[in-house]
Amino acid sequence: MLTFQSISKGFSGVQALKDVSFAVTGGSVHGLCGENGAGKSTLLKVLSGVHQPDSGSLDIAGKSCTFRSALDALNGGVAVIYQELNLVPEMSVAENVWLGHYSTRGPFVDFKELQRKTTESLRRVGLDVPPTTRVGTLSIGQKQMVEIAKALTRNAKVIAFDEPTSSLSAREVNTLFGLIEELRSQGLAILYVSHRMDEITKICDACTVLRDGKHIETFASMNGVNAAMIVNRMVGRELAAAMVDTTRQAGDEILELRDVVGPGLAEPVSLTVRQGEIVGVFGLIGAGRTELLKAIYMGKQGEVLVANSRVPRKGAGTSIRNGLVLCPEDRKQEGIVPMLGVAENLNISIRRSLAKLGFWISRGAEKENATTFIDRLRIKTASLNTPISNLSGGNQQKVILARWLSERVKVILLDEPTRGIDVGSKAEIYALVRDLAGKGIGVLFVSSELPEILALSDRVYVMCEGRIAGAMPTREATEPKLLSLALPKGEAA
Amino acid sequence: MNFKQFLAQSGMFLVFFVVVVVSYMTAPQFMSKENMISLGLQVSSIGVVSCTMLFCLAAGDFDLSVGSNFALGGMVGVLVGNATSSLFFGVLAAIAAGAVFGLLNGIVVAKFKINALITTLATMQIVRGLANILGHGTPQTAEKPGFDFLGNQAYLSIPLPIWIMILFFVIFGILLNRTVFGRNILAIGGNKEAALLAGVQVDRSKIAIFALSGMVAAFAGVVAASRLVVASNNAGVGLELQCISACVLGGVSLSGGIGTISGTVVGVLIMGIVENVMRLKSIDAFYQLVVTGTILLLAVLFDRVKLRILKSA
Repeated sequence: MLTFQSISKGFSGVQALKDVSFAVTGGSVHGLCGENGAGKSTLLKVLSGVHQPDSGSLDIAGKSCTFRSALDALNGGVAVIYQELNLVPEMSVAENVWLGHYSTRGPFVDFKELQRKTTESLRRVGLDVPPTTRVGTLSIGQKQMVEIAKALTRNAKVIAFDEPTSSLSAREVNTLFGLIEELRSQGLAILYVSHRMDEITKICDACTVLRDGKHIETFASMNGVNAAMIVNRMVGRELAAAMVDTTRQAGDEILELRDVVGPGLAEPVSLTVRQGEIVGVFGLIGAGRTELLKAIYMGKQGEVLVANSRVPRKGAGTSIRNGLVLCPEDRKQEGIVPMLGVAENLNISIRRSLAKLGFWISRGAEKENATTFIDRLRIKTASLNTPISNLSGGNQQKVILARWLSERVKVILLDEPTRGIDVGSKAEIYALVRDLAGKGIGVLFVSSELPEILALSDRVYVMCEGRIAGAMPTREATEPKLLSLALPKGEAA
Repeated sequence: MNFKQFLAQSGMFLVFFVVVVVSYMTAPQFMSKENMISLGLQVSSIGVVSCTMLFCLAAGDFDLSVGSNFALGGMVGVLVGNATSSLFFGVLAAIAAGAVFGLLNGIVVAKFKINALITTLATMQIVRGLANILGHGTPQTAEKPGFDFLGNQAYLSIPLPIWIMILFFVIFGILLNRTVFGRNILAIGGNKEAALLAGVQVDRSKIAIFALSGMVAAFAGVVAASRLVVASNNAGVGLELQCISACVLGGVSLSGGIGTISGTVVGVLIMGIVENVMRLKSIDAFYQLVVTGTILLLAVLFDRVKLRILKSA
């Protein structure tokens, strides 16, 4: 149904895709895997007409296609469902589904016809909301269904999903997979991009691995293919099995929470983290994990003790001065200042103490600090002043970690530290976190990935519906155990 | 829908109602027919130009050059009217002049991706300068009889400028709510990326919006010049901010995607009534600025609270 024929694409000196060829058959789900920067996004953008290949061609249903714009690709039967959904929140479901090709009567939009047709397409994706609902009021899962309905109205023959489950709850993921099955049985070709190997092995019929812009391998059938084999092809080297580090000795209590409350938390939370200990917090989306970290970091109620001294509950500034810092989940929104350079981003926090007389920025000291950490954390950047947005996700995360390492940190709160980061960089981030703990820092980190929790933490808290549902040392924890604690009651796994 | 949501949805209409009642109580002559007509004439320029300002804001942009286009429109209209002895050609020439600078704005913003603030700030100065050059820095009087037709004729004893304003509200209401062009504007302002990927001609729509804005401002300028039988080189100074204020008062979002014509009408009227009543009570114009500024600030705060209530629902 869809064939990529020796697609190449370069951007100002960087070869993003080199001679990539593979075929996706109709009525199948084809996985696309690769580390960040492997060329998956570029390939999707070539497919959706945003980028034009330098050489090579696309065949759809036996016809060679050249897409010059997103509109071309839509008309050619290709729809891409991006990770960041492209909907207009203020408008109705019907208007969103038919955006760009409204039914008209003369110069006027025919709203009646629009609603009738929308009801039809919503039924096809199994979304039960009135077509006049404002999209902004829908859940993320429902919005995704609207996107898919939108794709179907364009008579898409090929639908590509870019990390569709990254912000869905477990139940929504199941609904989505059901729908993908349905689309497959209708004969559509589905390209499925994901970092989650369990999903690839679960729903895909075939799978292609890219690395450094090159086609590495296409598994024509997923029989006998497991996650390790795919990951192996993605990184091109055997990943050392993540081991629980047992050499570290946990010391005295460094963080203690007494009845911390905040929005999103159903009941007051008390917990402890010891010096040199890595404590994981696991929970499904909406369990209140991020809310917990925010309540610790800048909440107003409850007591937070760092190294046995009480932290005044007056916001982020006092927390930082007391050695308690947070690396937020949403790097782009809350972590980095994208326009500024690497060094600026790294020094944002330490600047106060480096500055002469407390206000005159000391260029030398800042440069030295930045250089030290870029070396120590192996941050890949062209220069100190390269805009941080040019760095890969993993390197951005390292800059944020370096920001806090510059300070005299006692406790670090990490919110999904490896979200959207490729496999290779993940291992480096893990090593860094272990390094931090080795220096006696207490680490409290939140993750929705079970393997990550099991690999990295010494002890685990499980959250469910805004409360702590359980706690155990990691060596006693297993995936089913943690998951059953995390699932809301009455929704057994 | 509970009471809080109802308040949030229709808050500005309630405020409008309160303003009318308070106005009537403090100045009974407010409700007289003469005053209603004078109120209508007073807001006729802002009302017409707010229609296109609404479009600009809804698409996530704004147009600061409308005040200057308003002056240029009047100036070109009077000069061409004088030269050709024809009101029709005067109006045509004015609209053409507005179209030129509107198109310029649109092309620079849409094609060259220059911020609308900078672009229209620049054309605002250029056009104001041109209006001054054309009028040799002084107001120009319309010499030919008949030029005052647009401004001073009345139909059913309501002057034409008010009819024109009403017509514009109706046309732009239909454009925004019922046509593909209008719905696309809201989509572009609501999520430009989504509109682009859905195949909406984003650039073309933006150029059309700015061109329309230039033409409408120039047309409003001719109507005003026709009413006064003179085109002032200083006409429409600050008009852009008055129009933006009126739109924001009417619930149009400055970040785009949200806006209704009924809200804009209410916004225009609230601004007009406050000014009108203060004039009736012979309160100094300086106080009027303080009051309208305060109302605007309160409206923006109200808008923020409203969004919070609607989101929590």
